[in-house]
Amino acid sequence: MMKEETIHLINLATGYHDKKGTTVITNNINACLYNGELTCLLGPNGAGKSTLLKTLTAFLPPVRGEIIIEHKPLCEYSDSELSRVIGVVLTEKLAINNMSVDELVGMGRSPYTGFWGRMDNHDREVVDEAISLVGIEHLRGRMIQTLSDGERQKVMIAKALAQETPIIFLDEPTAFLDYPSKVEIMQLLQKLARDRNKTVFQSTHDLELALQIADKIWLLDKSHGLTVGSPEDLSLNGDMSVYFHREGVDFDMETGLFRIAHDMRHRITLEGSGSRANMVKKGLARHGITTISEHEPGLHFIKVERDNYYLDNKPYSSIDTLLEAVVNLVNKIDGIDTKLST
Amino acid sequence: MSRSKTVILMIVLAVTIILFFILNLLLGSVEIPMSDILGILIGQDNDNTIWTNIVLKSRLPQAATAAMAGAGLAVSGLLMQTVFRNPLAGPSVLGISSGASLGVACVVLVSGSVGGMALSKLGVIGEVTITLSAVVGSLLIMALIAFVAQKVRGNVTLLIMGVMIGYIANAIIGVLKFFSAEEDIRAYVIWGLGSFSRVSGGQTTVFIVLMCLLLPTAFFLIKTLNLLLLGDSYARNLGLNIKRARLLVISCSGVLVAVVTAYCGPVVFLGLAVPHICRGLFHTSNHATILPASLLGGASLALLCNLIARMPGFEGALPVNSVTALVGAPVVMWVLFDKRKNEV
Repeated sequence: MMKEETIHLINLATGYHDKKGTTVITNNINACLYNGELTCLLGPNGAGKSTLLKTLTAFLPPVRGEIIIEHKPLCEYSDSELSRVIGVVLTEKLAINNMSVDELVGMGRSPYTGFWGRMDNHDREVVDEAISLVGIEHLRGRMIQTLSDGERQKVMIAKALAQETPIIFLDEPTAFLDYPSKVEIMQLLQKLARDRNKTVFQSTHDLELALQIADKIWLLDKSHGLTVGSPEDLSLNGDMSVYFHREGVDFDMETGLFRIAHDMRHRITLEGSGSRANMVKKGLARHGITTISEHEPGLHFIKVERDNYYLDNKPYSSIDTLLEAVVNLVNKIDGIDTKLST
Repeated sequence: MSRSKTVILMIVLAVTIILFFILNLLLGSVEIPMSDILGILIGQDNDNTIWTNIVLKSRLPQAATAAMAGAGLAVSGLLMQTVFRNPLAGPSVLGISSGASLGVACVVLVSGSVGGMALSKLGVIGEVTITLSAVVGSLLIMALIAFVAQKVRGNVTLLIMGVMIGYIANAIIGVLKFFSAEEDIRAYVIWGLGSFSRVSGGQTTVFIVLMCLLLPTAFFLIKTLNLLLLGDSYARNLGLNIKRARLLVISCSGVLVAVVTAYCGPVVFLGLAVPHICRGLFHTSNHATILPASLLGGASLALLCNLIARMPGFEGALPVNSVTALVGAPVVMWVLFDKRKNEV
């Protein structure tokens, strides 16, 4: 399928009006969103992610500039037209009791139903399809208030699907979810973008996941404004590290992911390879110990074999006990030598 | 809840209305045999003109008024709870009943001290004036609330505004009372007790016709109400014009309360309690079910309350407001307890 530009932002400035006048939050945004793609909006708290998202969904008027949605300016859409073009999933928790999942997903059909809100056979089919796409058939009869956060989020995504809009905006859909649920929701969104050719745009704080799964990343920051690109390009040209540079966080060019920068104060020799050796390495890094592969006179050494870990030829059955022994060594000599020497 | 269960429950509610209606005709301080009542109702001449008068001029209008007023208050309470997304919203909470009281107080109390004649002595003209002043008073407050609703964002803020407006109205009434003649104050206090029996003769017909026109308009709002349940942002995204929707729903419920209060005085707790009882019975928030359910439930409960207030032995001693409070207050407490678990 051809990728087409669905949303085009021209010199957009976001912000809000109040009694004191106009506050501009982000200026000069020029960017596009494409169908068939999952785009993630990343940025620190207070960067203006929510304001941008609210502006794109027409909850807030733009301060300046234009938003073109499917070749037509956003301001020219009527409420009911817009409800067939943009579907939203928000962070606010629904305060409804006694409404079944089925009924809630059915609410997504409101823009298409008549005066009384009655659903016809076609509406029912669309709802069924949305429910099965998101994989929540087993929740159908359940009441909203009995669902977990992850389940509720899926129901809201199904609602947005039932709305049959080419564009779906999501405001931090993975917030408050456990890790597997975060992954599940992200994968679901990517699948929807791919299979249904929808334009999916979400704000998120889940950097790692976004970098692995998003087609495009929008980086938003108060001082740098908006930067757009694929996760890979942004990694290579250093934009990622600029945006998220903090004490104690390193951007790993090799994996294109972030990792915690440990303060390395000691060295030790590590013999062995494979995942076990990597895990030992990771554990040591946590204690501020870096590893080298060569033997050096005066340096302690760890050997990793199939079933055991050896510190100076003494066996340990788990990484935990091994680390304990190493840390003991470090504490004994701390402040005397930067090397782990015998 | 399955469709058939819902239908059965609706029928049960309708049957209770008929049952309580008949009991309202049957029971009272004067004992009239069932066969005579039926005869009077279908227009047969009865030898006992007192019986005819009691049934046709007292019990029948009172029962019809109770049923209509209960339905109106319950529907109005449901609309308010949905539009303000607050389970404790109700006609009296938003100051609309107080508005009606203020209107009545202005006319009843001021006419005596300014015009030099007690309105309470004027008979039919007095009654009509009281009714009109209540409608004007509550509609004014409702317009004020609707205006405030457009300005303030939070529903809770609006609710507090309503309560404050109620306090102000009561304060003004207090001042008016101070300057009024004693018999005017008594007339006002009697109106303020709330009663389904104050409406009589042609007024009953007017009241019933008004309610028959107003109640169906609420049904036009079913889709809007369901969307409002989702919260402003989701509702807007689904194509609802929030401001217009809120205005429509507030106006509809405001007019309902105004008319009921004008004819029956401020009847407390029915509007607040009935929607909760219905939600508990039907296990749904869908207005396609809960709106007709509240209408039927309101009528039924009002008839029951009227019946209790008129129980032999109580005659006149027990104002209907005491009964509705007795039924409604525990419901509010139950909602508050339940709220700790999951509601709101």
